[in-house]
Amino acid sequence: MDALSWGQIFGRIAWQFWPVWAALILTFAVSVSFKRRLGLYGKLYDSPVGMVGFGLVMFWVFTALFAPVIMTHDPLTQVSGMKNALPGFPQKGAEGAYYLLGGDNLARDVFSRMVAGSVLVIQIAPMATIFAFMVGITLGLPAGYYGGKLDTGLSFLANQILAFPVILLFYLLVTPEIVASGLPQYIGVVLFLFPLIFLIVLINSRLYVKPALRNLLVGLVVVIGGWLYLSLLSSPDTRIDLLPPQADALEIPGNILIVFVSVVFVNAPTVFRIIRGLVLDIKTRDYVAASQTRGEGPWYIMLWEILPNARGPLIVDFCLRIGYTTILLGTLGFFGLGLSPESPDWGSTINAGRRLLSIFVHPALVPALALMSLVLGLNLLADGLREESLKD
Amino acid sequence: MTATTDWDPSKPILEIENLSISFFTRLREIPAVMDFSCTVMPGEAMGLVGESGCGKSTVALAVMRYLGKNGRITGGSIRFKGRDLTTMDDEALRQIRGSGIAMIYQEPMASLNPAMRIGAQLAEVPMIHEGIGREAAWKLARQIVADVRLPDPDRILKAYPHQLSGGQQQRIVIAMALMSKPALLILDEPTTALDVTVEAGIVDLVKDLGHKYGTSILFISHNLGLILEVCDRLCVMYSGEAVETGAVARVFDRMRHPYTQALFRSIPLPGADKNTHPLVSIPGNFPLPHERPPGCNFGPRCAYFQAGRCDAQEVPMVLLPGGDRHETRCLRSAEIDWDKPPVAARAVARTPVGEVVLKMTDLRKYYEVSGGLFGGSLKKVVKANETLSFEARAGETLAIVGESGCGKSTFAKVLMGLETATSGRIMLFDQDIQDIPIEKRGTDTVSSVQMVFQNPFDTLNPSMTVGRQIIRALEIFGEGANDAERRDRMLELLDLVKLPRAFADRMPRQLSGGQKQRVGIARAFAGGAKIVVADEPVSALDVSVQAAVTDLLMEIQRKNRTTLLFISHDLSIVRYLSDRVMVMYLGHVVELGTTDQVFSPPYHPYTEALLSAVPIADTRVTKKRIVLEGDIPSAMNPPPGCPFQTRCRWKSQVPGNLCETVMPPIRLLAGDHQIKCHLSDDVLAGMEPVIRIAAQ
Amino acid sequence: MLAFLIRRVLTMVLTALCLTFVVFYLTNLPPNLEKLAKSEASTRMSDADVASWIERNGFGRPMLLRYGEWLGVVPGWTRTEDGVTRGRCIEAGQDPAAAPLRCGVLQGDWGFSTVFKQPVSQIIAERLSATGLLMLWVMIVMVPTSLLIGVLSGMREGSRLDRGLSIFSIASTATPEYVSGVVLIALFASTTTGISPWLAEQGWISGKTLFLGTATSALDSGITFWNFGLPVMTIALYGIGYIARMTRASMTEVMTAQYIRTARLKGVSFGMVVMKHALRNALIAPFTVIMLQFPWLLNGVVIVETLFNYKGFGWTLVQAAGNNDIELLLACSVVAVFVVLMTQLISDIGYVFLNPRIRVS
Ligand SMILES: Nc1ncnc2c1ncn2[C@@H]1O[C@H](COP(=O)(O)OP(=O)(O)O)[C@@H](O)[C@H]1O
Ligand code: SF4
Ligand code: SF4
Ligand SMILES: [Mg+2]
Repeated sequence: MDALSWGQIFGRIAWQFWPVWAALILTFAVSVSFKRRLGLYGKLYDSPVGMVGFGLVMFWVFTALFAPVIMTHDPLTQVSGMKNALPGFPQKGAEGAYYLLGGDNLARDVFSRMVAGSVLVIQIAPMATIFAFMVGITLGLPAGYYGGKLDTGLSFLANQILAFPVILLFYLLVTPEIVASGLPQYIGVVLFLFPLIFLIVLINSRLYVKPALRNLLVGLVVVIGGWLYLSLLSSPDTRIDLLPPQADALEIPGNILIVFVSVVFVNAPTVFRIIRGLVLDIKTRDYVAASQTRGEGPWYIMLWEILPNARGPLIVDFCLRIGYTTILLGTLGFFGLGLSPESPDWGSTINAGRRLLSIFVHPALVPALALMSLVLGLNLLADGLREESLKD
Repeated sequence: MTATTDWDPSKPILEIENLSISFFTRLREIPAVMDFSCTVMPGEAMGLVGESGCGKSTVALAVMRYLGKNGRITGGSIRFKGRDLTTMDDEALRQIRGSGIAMIYQEPMASLNPAMRIGAQLAEVPMIHEGIGREAAWKLARQIVADVRLPDPDRILKAYPHQLSGGQQQRIVIAMALMSKPALLILDEPTTALDVTVEAGIVDLVKDLGHKYGTSILFISHNLGLILEVCDRLCVMYSGEAVETGAVARVFDRMRHPYTQALFRSIPLPGADKNTHPLVSIPGNFPLPHERPPGCNFGPRCAYFQAGRCDAQEVPMVLLPGGDRHETRCLRSAEIDWDKPPVAARAVARTPVGEVVLKMTDLRKYYEVSGGLFGGSLKKVVKANETLSFEARAGETLAIVGESGCGKSTFAKVLMGLETATSGRIMLFDQDIQDIPIEKRGTDTVSSVQMVFQNPFDTLNPSMTVGRQIIRALEIFGEGANDAERRDRMLELLDLVKLPRAFADRMPRQLSGGQKQRVGIARAFAGGAKIVVADEPVSALDVSVQAAVTDLLMEIQRKNRTTLLFISHDLSIVRYLSDRVMVMYLGHVVELGTTDQVFSPPYHPYTEALLSAVPIADTRVTKKRIVLEGDIPSAMNPPPGCPFQTRCRWKSQVPGNLCETVMPPIRLLAGDHQIKCHLSDDVLAGMEPVIRIAAQ
Repeated sequence: MLAFLIRRVLTMVLTALCLTFVVFYLTNLPPNLEKLAKSEASTRMSDADVASWIERNGFGRPMLLRYGEWLGVVPGWTRTEDGVTRGRCIEAGQDPAAAPLRCGVLQGDWGFSTVFKQPVSQIIAERLSATGLLMLWVMIVMVPTSLLIGVLSGMREGSRLDRGLSIFSIASTATPEYVSGVVLIALFASTTTGISPWLAEQGWISGKTLFLGTATSALDSGITFWNFGLPVMTIALYGIGYIARMTRASMTEVMTAQYIRTARLKGVSFGMVVMKHALRNALIAPFTVIMLQFPWLLNGVVIVETLFNYKGFGWTLVQAAGNNDIELLLACSVVAVFVVLMTQLISDIGYVFLNPRIRVS
């Protein structure tokens, strides 16, 4: 068998991605036909920049979703004779099997590893960003709303974290010695509590006038959320092993959890600052004064009067922040922190590929371009959203 | 400079003919101005009036050829000294801007470059247009700054804009416009952001300078009173069209367009009274530019509308007989009986005043502020309210009048419990509430004192439906047993404020300003409020809507026997609707009495100045001109003695330096009329009325 | 102004103390110490031996006390065993009586690196100057380029120039250093891909690649365009996009401000409006951003120095962290935190000077 030409390589790659194309076409077709009824999301389709960005993002989301179908090889299996194989190199002994984008220095398929890497990113980055937002919102709202000592204290804390260069922070949080001490997990114990607090306060502040409904909903949140909380945190054989394995709903490897925690930890202070700034602006509005004069509680005002009206800038920042989180995940991988060395995530693969970079470019270049296109998509999406939300 | 040679000074300076302007948005073309014509002669002051959104600013910016990216002139011509501006190239335009035509607009602070010294901004103009050197330009700047009556020109030239007060900034903007002695000066609502007493000074200045330099003026305003003071001719605009144009006196006294007439009937002029001569508001709403009706734009709101005629054809502008270039855009102008008084609106009996519900005694509110960014340790005290004492009775309207910063809103905050008093007492019914912040007040107390806010665009939460917001208030006040009951109650409240029930499911952005204000009122009355504080509830609304909203407030008040504390700086509306008036200056109550007592001599010197400053759109009224010097002192370091002494023109009538050293006591004049002033009874008794209405 | 400065500096000192304590705490956790013991004494020590080693070398004392020692406010530990007095401040063979009482950061004693076998202060000084050089070039490239891009695209919002430049800056913010570094090497410094093989074939370059894929030689044989170009580009690229976006946002905001309209309607030409009226106002916000960009630049430095094998501060930090070199890592953290805090201070003060509105009030 001969090696494939570049044309053939791209043809085959495009073919491998067929479920993604189908899903993308469907999404766009449906959205464009209903765009006037879809609010801000619909307006996105008036902005070419936003549309391209959204397309790129959805490309990777669908890729992660259909990864098992798209991958041509197992991302972890080493195939003899394929070490540092060039793109389009045929696999010996297997008819019609090619390393479409070549092999890495451990003879694994670069294309499949790239696809597998997207799964990790798409799972972790948005979730971590959501958590960072929960933490930032729950702390930023009262800081901005009450001001005074609380604000000074929280802002001081946030600035402390922000004054650390991120890499140093990662090195301090994710090195094996510190992981062994259980510190990242304890941070997780605190950070993951925030979504629960957030939801409970959200429900209570609005529904305390209807106690029956309030009790039902808060109860549900406590039970379901608490269970998720525990199963998220507890993993066997670490410092925090709270749930028996049978009751553990989420089986998350310890190192991923730690990566998750540290990414949330790094992002939360910035979100806090953004929220605080927005609150300082919005709390001067008359409708806030109106709710104060009718005797609303402070949390109702923060969560139902202020927060919804800050959503524009927050949505934009949310997109940007997912991109930033993706970059952070890559940084962790690049320094070999937290994730296991054979993990197919993009940062680790770039790290592995960079050693032979001046001779074999493809093992590092492919995940690098993948990461760049996803972040670019998120940034373009954010830009489109910002532009469209300003227009009217 | 060169083009002026072939221009004949007896021809118009500015000639706008059949001008049409559209804005192009993603969804549609918005025709903002249609078929607009108007002429300004040399030395003439032309007024442009109309409600917001009718296209006044667009016309002005079109004259400057500055319509932004999406605005375009779609037809007609604008000739300045005979040269067509619509076809002029950029370089020629640049030469006309600033030297031929200058423009001044609403926000003085925003119009000045924050990072450039005043002098540099002024000197720039002649340096560009006349090519004179820096030295000469600064000298000229100094002279013009003196011309706009600013004290200490040298210091001002070296200052940055933020170091000046609003009034001073607007004077600088005017100075800047005059630097190159333009032939035409366009002023777009130049005083809307300023206090009345400051406004009076600016208006005087504009008139004088207009005469002095022989400048023609295009004066844009929504305030008919101001137009009367400044302009020779006016043009009334409605929904992108000129509907009536003519000499000011003639249009004011013999208007020939139903819209102009309706406008005059909806503003509180002297003689209007809420009980016997209520205002007549214009029904309906202003049409959006892309939703104009067929035929006459004013048709759907016009009292003289004739189906099949008014909506059948485009209505042209016609010249009226009698000369004087009086034109109107109404098909029936000759048929209507213009002198017929308005359909006798039902006169209502005066609401009897009940028991005392609110009593404030010696209320003080001081704020501690840290001295800016650097002086962390230097705490300064702002005395926002000083010894406020008054009582309010059930069913009564008490107006609280004063310029910005005099402590009106602070007083409201303390009453509402958003702040607690520094000292003094507030008795609400039979409860002391001065120290109880809102969180500690019982639901009854909270729901019985409610507030209506100033800015309609800010008063409703933009991301909650109208109905939800009212229901929320009901929930908080514990009204209704269940959701269904509360929903019914909410719909009743919408009925009460005369909004269609369908509005319950609308978002605030789908409502006009007046409609939002109505929702705000409904929300305030959700818990059956006994006392309502209305903080400038109509000042941000158009005149035609103001009348409707005030009437609504009055009506609900009559029905519920509510005590209305009406905070306002607009004396016309205060005279119209209040029973008693309290005038505040720098945190002090300087005068308190019934409306008649306050609006007729003897006055407190400050009240007198305020009354004189208010523009009145009535040709029969003659006013004594009293222009206050200087600005309101800062509440952070108020002057010693009488708070008003820095600007008072009566000070010389008080023996010694009493005014500068001793805080005047509250004096009781006839009929519980209180005045805080050292003036002797004789002097007070000898005061003349500020406003005189000529016999009809 | 003075009061403000004093307050700022005090906050800064407090922050620095907190942060260094956190780093101290995190680098001196039991697992770190155990690892240190094993690497210093013997890898095959029993747990009991490890514990006694830790105790004997002064690591067993309370954390706060040891932090004080490290700072130099608490006297260093001494220990007399078998008649030999050893201690934190006593060098091998030195007379205990002659040794100073305290030896910590305040005394200029930063400790000894276990990896490089050199005094920490010496390593830091050396590496920091190497990184300073890199940063200097990054600044020289990054700041003017980004401001120019930002101003050009913000001055006419929505123009074709704006769109083009915006896409460029968005793309560059989407490219972290480890990606742009890889792409740049692939393009310019690979023997098999990019333009280098072609150039070599044409005989236009003497070496195998156009740029060098490592910057190691910059420290030994001097900086050249070819060994420094790629690292500088890599760091600058990310910053350029970010600062340009900020400048653009601030510029577009300024250009829609009323005073710009005033200036235009005074007859000032567009170019003059941009230069005289818009620029100063538009640069206030990006100035802060550039300064606050330093933590990020530090990140970039670490990545790029690792990627291009340039033995500067960032490379040292990675080595220290990866090899459990406690004192070196502590020193690196102190420097990093100090740099960040200093830039924050400068940015605050600079903001005040650029913005007349705050200056006087
Ligand atoms: N840039 C713009 N884009 C779209 N519509 C505009 C724009 N500027 C003004 N308009 C519309 O043009 C109409 C006239 O506005 P304007 O001239 O500002 O009125 P006025 O000065 O009388 O308040 C309004 O309906 C307004 O919404
Ligand atoms: S034309 Fe008809 S509708 Fe229009 S103003 Fe005249 S009478 Fe009214
Ligand atoms: S007390 Fe004196 S200064 Fe004050 S208002 Fe009366 S006359 Fe004027
Ligand atoms: Mg206007």
